[in-house]
Amino acid sequence: MFTGQQIAATLAELGVTHVVWLPDSALGPWEEALEASRALTLVRVCREGEAWVLAAGLHLGGMTPVVMIQCTGLFESGDALRNVLFDLKLPLFAMIGYRSFLVEGSADTARKYTEPILRTWGLDYVLIDAPEKAPLLAEHFRKCRAAGRPGVVLLAEGQM
Amino acid sequence: MAAHRMPLAGALEVLRDLRRDEIVVTTMGTAREWPKLSSHPLDFHYIPSAMGHAGVLGLGIALAQPRRTVIAFSGDGGMLMSLGSLVTIATCRPANLTLIVIDNGIYEVTGGQKTAAAVGRVDFVALAKAAGFESARRFTDLADWKARAAETLALAGPRFVVLECEPVGCDYMLESPGPMAERIAKFRTALGT
Repeated sequence: MFTGQQIAATLAELGVTHVVWLPDSALGPWEEALEASRALTLVRVCREGEAWVLAAGLHLGGMTPVVMIQCTGLFESGDALRNVLFDLKLPLFAMIGYRSFLVEGSADTARKYTEPILRTWGLDYVLIDAPEKAPLLAEHFRKCRAAGRPGVVLLAEGQM
Repeated sequence: MAAHRMPLAGALEVLRDLRRDEIVVTTMGTAREWPKLSSHPLDFHYIPSAMGHAGVLGLGIALAQPRRTVIAFSGDGGMLMSLGSLVTIATCRPANLTLIVIDNGIYEVTGGQKTAAAVGRVDFVALAKAAGFESARRFTDLADWKARAAETLALAGPRFVVLECEPVGCDYMLESPGPMAERIAKFRTALGT
């Protein structure tokens, strides 16, 4: 749906300074382009909970980070997300791989629970599940930034 | 690890006396004790927190503010929750970050239950070195810490320090240092962000 170059160029155009990530197999191929970008710094974490708080520190320090993880990492990182988005009230933005969304009839529980959990958190999210929806990434980022609130883009994926 | 431990207040007083314009990120027990010693615009009391993540919060600030020095505190229980963050921090190689673990061997805020590390044989300094920290030291004696603190904070970064401290006892309840929004605004003003 996206190439690494497209993602890196879009994020750079949006003023993103850091990509804090723990990739899955769909996001992983973007590594080379993200690392090559002069505008972006790629920060690797060991577990997704770290990503939210590290991004919070970057934000407090005046940077514009994006968290990039898979939905399974969203599940894992709930307490960190809760803390930085709702206690600290920081308007962080995340790009989340939506595992198995494109697999018709999938019984993957990662697929089943992703959107209900985002709705439970009350997070403003959009789903990109087709190439023509690619502009939603920049649109949603700008909308959330203008509103000063957190936002999420779900990136539809096939199997893990 | 050691039977001999230093008093937390004394350990923090050493840092208070050395501190100039460093950013100090406190959490858990240090967020209770540090405000008794310091009221600096670059103090950031990370409470309420996501327990275990003060180190990576400090890392983010350190990466964003490379011209400033950051001292981030963690408890030993918090450190155990995020041992992978030692690798994350070391891999980013922030020369301007010191992570200080206050090791009292217990979960103080829940009433003093032993951590797994206190029951086992965990060596936090060895873990930090293995993760790639440039320097890592442990102190169990207040006089030793006082004598070598300045030198330790001047070592190549990222630096990792374990201060083995006595539990504070029944005075373990955390009090809010005030509304988070106000504290963030004050902190960001001091940072100029």
